[in-house]
Amino acid sequence: MPVVSTPETLKPAAGPIDNAEVLRIRNDFPILDQQVNGRSLVYLDSGATSQNPLSVIEAEQEFYEQRNSAVHRGAHTLAVAATDVFEDARTTLAGFVGARPEEIVWTSNATEALNLLTYSFSNATAGRGGAAARRFALAEGDEIVVTEMEHHANLIPWQELAARTGATLRWIPVDDAGALRLEEAEQIIGPRTRILSFTHASNVLGTINPVAELVAMARRHGALVVLDACQSVPHLPVDVKALDVDFAAFSGHKMLGPTGIGVLYGKSELLNAMPPFLTGGSMITTVTMDKAEYLPAPQRFEAGTQRISQAMALGTAANYLQETGMDRIHAWEMELGQRLVSGLEAIEGIRVVGPPSGVERIGLAAFDVAGVHSHDVGQFLDDKGIAVRVGHHCAQPLHRRLGLVSTTRASTYLYNTTDDVDAFLDAVAGVRPFFGVK
Amino acid sequence: MSSDLEQLYQQIILDHAKTRHGEGLQEAPAGAPAGESHQLNPTCGDEITLRAVLGDGAGSDARVDGISWEGQGCSISMASASVLTDLMAGMSRDEALSLVENFREVMRSRGTVEADEEVLGDAAAFSGVSRYPARVKCAMLAWVALEEAVRAAE
Repeated sequence: MPVVSTPETLKPAAGPIDNAEVLRIRNDFPILDQQVNGRSLVYLDSGATSQNPLSVIEAEQEFYEQRNSAVHRGAHTLAVAATDVFEDARTTLAGFVGARPEEIVWTSNATEALNLLTYSFSNATAGRGGAAARRFALAEGDEIVVTEMEHHANLIPWQELAARTGATLRWIPVDDAGALRLEEAEQIIGPRTRILSFTHASNVLGTINPVAELVAMARRHGALVVLDACQSVPHLPVDVKALDVDFAAFSGHKMLGPTGIGVLYGKSELLNAMPPFLTGGSMITTVTMDKAEYLPAPQRFEAGTQRISQAMALGTAANYLQETGMDRIHAWEMELGQRLVSGLEAIEGIRVVGPPSGVERIGLAAFDVAGVHSHDVGQFLDDKGIAVRVGHHCAQPLHRRLGLVSTTRASTYLYNTTDDVDAFLDAVAGVRPFFGVK
Repeated sequence: MSSDLEQLYQQIILDHAKTRHGEGLQEAPAGAPAGESHQLNPTCGDEITLRAVLGDGAGSDARVDGISWEGQGCSISMASASVLTDLMAGMSRDEALSLVENFREVMRSRGTVEADEEVLGDAAAFSGVSRYPARVKCAMLAWVALEEAVRAAE
């Protein structure tokens, strides 16, 4: 394993996370210690992109200083060292989500992971992959089911797959409190359902979806289950085997890792039956001028030179999270999430979308400010050094369902204190007075 | 309150965002040359549909007789549409297009080009926007729509 610094915070800590521990954690994140517009930065946009601890930054630097070379080719020492760290990282990520290493495919991000699936299924529909891949082929009359709360990344690839294959795309609606209508899901998921793809935790509503119930509905009809785990894997303990999903996708940059790397988890027997998406070097066994034979997964889906330093750094990030404790991180963020929601609910003119206070949600809250556009809210907060996300958060259909065009979203992580949340709430209380809205 | 924020959200902008001039799309009189444009900012969903009716004169001398619009968006984009409506009324087609160019130059300058109040009138209040690259598109939305609508009316 690479030699990188072991931060103080990685020492096992007893009991739940508190503000004192968060202050120690923050020492590992150099970017958080800065002034923005004359104020101490309050970073509440981890739902979009999280920050990196020093150990992750150092891991990438160490790779380029000590080991940079191509993986799975070349017999020289550096190539072996690069391959080792690349595969070690795969093992780390597999352990992080309860999978086996050969079930972890590196992708650019979660978006690419979901596109990999849909294009592989498309290729199966076109006859690629032979008899083994027929189970993924779609035709007219087949149905793909998603939900109304999906991020565009878990909607548009399925729209496109449906359009290419003649399959029908259906969706499970959400209720006014931002929960999936399970009684309708029972009706929608049926014998025609071939694929059910849904988000584990909503990036807008904060809702944690009932995976077990949805998986059970899909299983009754033999449908494949795909989980968008972008907002869950970074924030709560996730075991893909316990959840019994067939595929899961998540991104490195939302879990303290670098950009440019994501993960597709897939059950081995499924991945090995799927035709490839991207083709080229490093994913083949025998190539003639007419055709090629492919390696088993995960290499089958990793054509071309890989994102080696990013994989290694993501492995370091997963270790950092694991050593802090995912159950502890989850508990802390649930607390911050409740503080956000109850605080926002107490401010006049604020409408929080998703579950009300007291109901489970991840550590984020999106809201509408009556009479003030989210861009203006975001600008006002930025002036106070507070970073939030504004807009539709890549979930236009969900916003339409809620009767909104855009919202402002504050999202927390393990490095946020209750003071961060309070500073944010104080600032939000000043928005409507500033814009002269009463 | 920091002066930066007040520099961006000048009172005139906040006022126009609340009391919007020209809001509500008007039918063009029968036979009058009119053009329409729909502009969308996909990152935030802000949008505007603007209609321009040309009146007296011919070609480049034609007067911009009526501007009306409907849309939704942040205070910058809505106030900008409102200010534009007042500013452009009665201008010749060429004057209007050159004013758009002038405004665009200020907006894209990252604060380096001073807005000329003589030329831009109330629109000079938007010069603070140019220091916020993420907001320039908000301020420009209605102006791009006007430019396209006037050209379409030829």
